[in-house]
Amino acid sequence: MIPGAFEYHTPSTIGEATALLARLGDDAKVLSGGQSLIPMMKLRLAQPKHLVDINGLPGLAYVREDGGALRIGGLTREADLEESDVVQRRYPLLADTCRAIADPLVRNLATVGGNLAHGDPANDHPATMLALGAEVVAVGSGGERKIPIDSFFTGPFTTALRPDEIVVEVRVPVPKGGSGGAYVKMERKVGDFATAAVAVQITLGAGGVCERAGIGLTNVGSVPIKATKAEAALVGKRPDEAAIKRAAQLAAEAAEPQEDLRGSVAYKKDLVRVLTARALAKAIERAQKGG
Amino acid sequence: MLVKVAINGEKHEADVEPRLLLVHLIRETLRLTGTHIGCDTTHCGACTVLLDGRPIKSCTMFAVQAHGREITTVEGLEQDGKLHPLQESFMSEHGLQCGYCTPGMLMTSVAFLKKNPKPTEDEIRWAISGNLCRCTGYVNIVKAIQHAAATMQGGA
Repeated sequence: MIPGAFEYHTPSTIGEATALLARLGDDAKVLSGGQSLIPMMKLRLAQPKHLVDINGLPGLAYVREDGGALRIGGLTREADLEESDVVQRRYPLLADTCRAIADPLVRNLATVGGNLAHGDPANDHPATMLALGAEVVAVGSGGERKIPIDSFFTGPFTTALRPDEIVVEVRVPVPKGGSGGAYVKMERKVGDFATAAVAVQITLGAGGVCERAGIGLTNVGSVPIKATKAEAALVGKRPDEAAIKRAAQLAAEAAEPQEDLRGSVAYKKDLVRVLTARALAKAIERAQKGG
Repeated sequence: MLVKVAINGEKHEADVEPRLLLVHLIRETLRLTGTHIGCDTTHCGACTVLLDGRPIKSCTMFAVQAHGREITTVEGLEQDGKLHPLQESFMSEHGLQCGYCTPGMLMTSVAFLKKNPKPTEDEIRWAISGNLCRCTGYVNIVKAIQHAAATMQGGA
């Protein structure tokens, strides 16, 4: 399959890239890892007149803790995030998620910034970042701004990014002691989008009482969903079997899936219930081991 | 648009349309037909090549993106008339039937064994999970990779 013709741009600085994007407006798309955009272009679901390739921008691929946050550069490849020491040690939710994204070959090119900026509710990082309470740092021709993840996904394949903005960093708050997370995904085969998936990040305080709970849902709505009622039901309680059951039920009620080849509405909602309970149990176990 | 790439250590130049996919540059412009095109939808991994040492799907990258980079294809595995231990192992362990997925399997495995010279079966299965085989059921492919790992450990 041959994509439509386009003009190819290779800016070497962020300033150059954002100026180009500001000038070209809706005619341009940012090319990052290209693992979603290029397949869409081959199917002619996307036919941008201009591609602004940001892979040559220096200093945007890194994973490090700094200033109370895990900072992930926008051009960080999923494989590098997966293999990062700090992620493997302290961010089990991110480590789980990376392993669930597409397949190992795709992860060698796919970027974390692109995974979010694509705005696909079937992508895996959105739910994870919702659960973690992340923040997206975007740079446009007007400068830099920080966008809380809760207000980042505005519609199907639509985000709060302006046409001239690039995701330069994703910031995840460093988890407190007693935190744990897990991502549980049901997929028909490696590389498939989730039938449904659930991201959980939980912090247990004194006496095992839940201080904070983040729950994100993948591919069960037109946007990635934050299961806020399920989260609220856990905070202030010991997450015993009854509390997990109740939260899982509330998460299922928050899901708004559509019927497709992967299953019916009822099936997917029930799947969210089951996966939420499993993700919670795993996250709690990890939190009890000290995160 | 001029694209300069090094493939298997040899420098190549071509004037291409930006929309040309890397796999088409490799197969059609440069006539290195060892790299296969399977699904053309980023699923099967038949088109896997190494980009600066990392396995990627060459149907999901534009040729112009490879400008200035180093690419290794299956033709680059043989050295001085001697097959790579993985190629030998795929033969001796019957790691292929129709052979369509083999170039991709080999390129993924080459990069994987460099990173993880003593893998478990589970790690091998994870590593090749982006490469589809419709003949073997993977059993002999896994055996071939295990065999190659052992051979390479033996200092061959």
